[in-house]
Amino acid sequence: MPADTAGALAGVAHQPGVDKPDPILVVEGMRRSFGGLLAVDVDKVSVQRGLITALIGPNGAGKTTFFNLLTGFDEPDAGTATFDGQSVSGMSSYKLANKGMVRTFQLTKSLTRLSVIENMKLGAKDQKGESFLRAFVPFIWRYQEEEIEDRAEALLERFQLSHMRDQYAGTLSGGQRKLLEMARALMAEPMLVMLDEPMAGVNPVLTQSLLEHVKGLRAAGITVVFVEHDMDVVRDISDWVVVMSEGRVIFEGPPDVISQDPAVIDAYLGAHHDAPLTEEQEEQQIARAEAELADSEDDIT
Amino acid sequence: MNLGSILEQTISQAFGVNAMVFAMAVIGLNVHFGYTGLLNFGQIGFVAMGGYGLGMSITIFGWNPWLGILVGLVYALIFALLLGVPTLRLRGDYLAIVTIAASEVLRILVRSTTIAEWTGGNTGITNFAGAFYQFNPFTERVYDFGPFFYTGPNLFILSIGWPLVLLVTFLIWQLMRSPWGRVVKAIREDEDAARALGKNAYWYKMQSLMLGGVIGGLAGILLAIGNSTVQPDYFVPVQTFFMWTALILGGVGRVWSPIVGSMLFWGLLTATDGVLRGFEAEGWIPRWLMNASQVGQIRFMLVGLGLALLMIYRPQGLFGSREEMMLDAR
Amino acid sequence: MAQEGEQGVRARVLADDPATDEREPVEGVAVRFFDQSGAELGSEVTNAEGIAEIPLAAPGIYQVEIDATTIPEGMSLPNAEEIRREANVQAGRFATVIFQLVVGEGGGGARGTDITLRRVLQLSVDGIKLGLFLAMAAIGLSLIFGTTGLVNFAHAELVTWGMLVAYFFNVLGVSSLFGFTAGWPWILNGPVDLISAALMAVILGGLLGWAADAAVFARLRRRGTGLIAQMVITIGLSILIRYIYLYLFGGTGRFFRSYAGQQAIAIGPIAVTYKDIIAMTVALVALIGVGLTLQLTRAGRAMRAVSDDRDLAESSGIDVQRVIRWVWVAGAALAALGGVLLGQSDVIRWDVGSQILLLLFAGVILGGLGTAYGALVGGILVGLGIQLSTLFLASELRSIGALLLMIVILLIRPQGLMGRKERVG
Repeated sequence: MPADTAGALAGVAHQPGVDKPDPILVVEGMRRSFGGLLAVDVDKVSVQRGLITALIGPNGAGKTTFFNLLTGFDEPDAGTATFDGQSVSGMSSYKLANKGMVRTFQLTKSLTRLSVIENMKLGAKDQKGESFLRAFVPFIWRYQEEEIEDRAEALLERFQLSHMRDQYAGTLSGGQRKLLEMARALMAEPMLVMLDEPMAGVNPVLTQSLLEHVKGLRAAGITVVFVEHDMDVVRDISDWVVVMSEGRVIFEGPPDVISQDPAVIDAYLGAHHDAPLTEEQEEQQIARAEAELADSEDDIT
Repeated sequence: MNLGSILEQTISQAFGVNAMVFAMAVIGLNVHFGYTGLLNFGQIGFVAMGGYGLGMSITIFGWNPWLGILVGLVYALIFALLLGVPTLRLRGDYLAIVTIAASEVLRILVRSTTIAEWTGGNTGITNFAGAFYQFNPFTERVYDFGPFFYTGPNLFILSIGWPLVLLVTFLIWQLMRSPWGRVVKAIREDEDAARALGKNAYWYKMQSLMLGGVIGGLAGILLAIGNSTVQPDYFVPVQTFFMWTALILGGVGRVWSPIVGSMLFWGLLTATDGVLRGFEAEGWIPRWLMNASQVGQIRFMLVGLGLALLMIYRPQGLFGSREEMMLDAR
Repeated sequence: MAQEGEQGVRARVLADDPATDEREPVEGVAVRFFDQSGAELGSEVTNAEGIAEIPLAAPGIYQVEIDATTIPEGMSLPNAEEIRREANVQAGRFATVIFQLVVGEGGGGARGTDITLRRVLQLSVDGIKLGLFLAMAAIGLSLIFGTTGLVNFAHAELVTWGMLVAYFFNVLGVSSLFGFTAGWPWILNGPVDLISAALMAVILGGLLGWAADAAVFARLRRRGTGLIAQMVITIGLSILIRYIYLYLFGGTGRFFRSYAGQQAIAIGPIAVTYKDIIAMTVALVALIGVGLTLQLTRAGRAMRAVSDDRDLAESSGIDVQRVIRWVWVAGAALAALGGVLLGQSDVIRWDVGSQILLLLFAGVILGGLGTAYGALVGGILVGLGIQLSTLFLASELRSIGALLLMIVILLIRPQGLMGRKERVG
């Protein structure tokens, strides 16, 4: 890790909800319920500017829901959010993107019937030609379009997709789509890139390539938050880790410390991996399962 | 059975008023579904708005006929807003249901005796296009040249309508090649992706709905002038389904498909109609299988069957590319 | 009067007096005749037998319209939409169109006059009746959506199928097609009683549903055909089927044998006919049966589970494709029964499908797309809404009420009364 950036968090306590010296994103009191189940219950999360922060947790921890809440793809029941000093509570996804927070998707959303270069050009912000009336007057937006095309081609070069420039995005392989998704997000010149399980379903070779690209983002001064399952990936590139379990943040800290923390181990492995469940724990688990079942049955009718 | 006259009818209809009005309406539908992915099953409602706007302006309000054209387009625009506001935030299927329902509500309302003083009830509004026909240079009753056979007034509206169709086609082509077109196509592919990149998907869908709707209204105006009448029983849901058939036939999301699809649709319909009637007149079809009055019903059966078969076996239409169709994730 | 070998259209205007159970011809009503393009051909006034007719030059489809302003005082046309009707005129024959007036207050083009308790109760009963029939078709529509994601635009044609099949067995009989089966037992003979005919309708309805899934939609699903494409296919099929109905059945409305125009009995302030009571009871029993099946049997619970969350159901070991097949069979059979009841209560026509499709959608959306009980409640509410709206709206506008209600629901609670929010936007 680059000494100066990681050093920024040297004095920060390894506590959930701890403040950061130069936060780019702060959320407080964020809650989201589905039916009767409280999926997300986060008191505070603060994301340091310019670093790579990982959001991890076992299945069902609420990471995806929390991620959607952060990026404006879901509305919280309660909570506030501040991005780059401005309040963005409840702001919808496209507005957040325009403010500088761009996200990718776990199941890549390549616009299959558009060419790769068109996918890229779409990502650029503040395009004059995107306004209805001005669209009829090419003179107004031609020049900007060329600029955007140049930028797009440079990025495609960097991500080694230039040769696919004019192909339909739908013909790309899974790995190529991951690269396209990341490259396209950069066209929006974001301050903060939110990656949703970027390594999901990716082969080891491509994983390395993607990791290098993510490090490249940090080198360019872009803040990165990513949701991930693979602990190796997390240890490799993240500067800070936020651990969620059952909707709450249970731990924060640098990657080398988290695998030691008993709360984290508990959340991932669960007590029954090391010791048989006590009767109490067993009853708790059954009660929880029954509650979930009853909930879903209510929904059926 | 006169093959020559069937051929003449087929070609005349392929270039005729129905095909022309359809071509314009289907350009609008192509904007909605072909380019933006909106499931508009009420396009005939927009056509009705255009026609009734013109008819009401001239006959009921007594306004200038040229203003009437503007009114027709404004009516269509308002209809788009009314439809779009509640439904564009919901799943596509909901838009499909609401657009049919809204067009039917419109038709029932316009047909009713309750507001008949404004809309002419079930007879509609008639005989209002006189002001436009002043400009008609085709003063003969009938024009018969080559394979074409048109009345004077028909030829007039055709000579205005088709160039207009070409103009609008050109404008749409320009629009879809621009960044605006790119956003709208992106929304068609995956709305979430577009939003994640900063595009206000809801507003773009609304703009597309309004644009395609106004073009539909323009089709209605051409129809109204061409027939000099608007009648509620023309604007039934099955007309929209005919338009969808024409759109799919020509190839969804391609710039020439509305024109090609509409011409093919009307040509094929006329040809099969003509052939069947010919067979029937020659007595080649046994009475118990089909009598003369049932030939018209075959037309509808063919459209229904054709639409279903098209979607099953050749959804890219006659001119679409198979590759593009295979990439359609919907 | 007509000459031999001539064809034409004959309009007959009759009035039913529910109080005396008498049917009288109505004299002096003006009738206008139109050809298919809407051009007026002539106008006549009904004579002492209630008949007004014109000879026609050629066979084809014609339209007949009565002038509501010439209906005598004290009578009205119950269903104002029916002022103009279609007649399919065959060569050398006169096609008859019957206009059924009612003695006493009714709807017509006039706005509802007083809102009396009696009217509200009467309309409520009519509304529940209509709603029960709608609910029977709506359940299948909703579950098909829930289990497959498909919006089945052809669903209403299943209702028509039911009434047409029952008509065939009740009025025509198998031996009318295959002369040699005369004398054979039960349904293979000539026309049978309505119960047997209804049974055949339900069986053949279920069969049609089975065939639709087995031959068409299961295959499309296996191929990976998208839902939008499937929806457009249902639209095409609905047009094809509807016009096949017209082709085979003709354009005029017909009735089951011996059930046309029964005497109304008074229950408190409400007038109901025996046949309607029976129909509503059958519907209620059927719906309760369906409800119990869905709630208590394994098959029913499986249907609900798949409809609610397909992936979850699959991962718990349910054979989803088989459940879908059963949903199609049961949904179609139920819709067919609804069609029989509707035909018995109202009239049998080829285009019932196009008349009720939007009402079915309204009911399903109101209750929640994908839920069974929601469709039930939604159907009944739509029926009630339509009838009660005539208190405020002219009866020709009453279906608008249902459609506007649907749009309002989409604005404030798009998942309907009982649906899940996640499915919606």
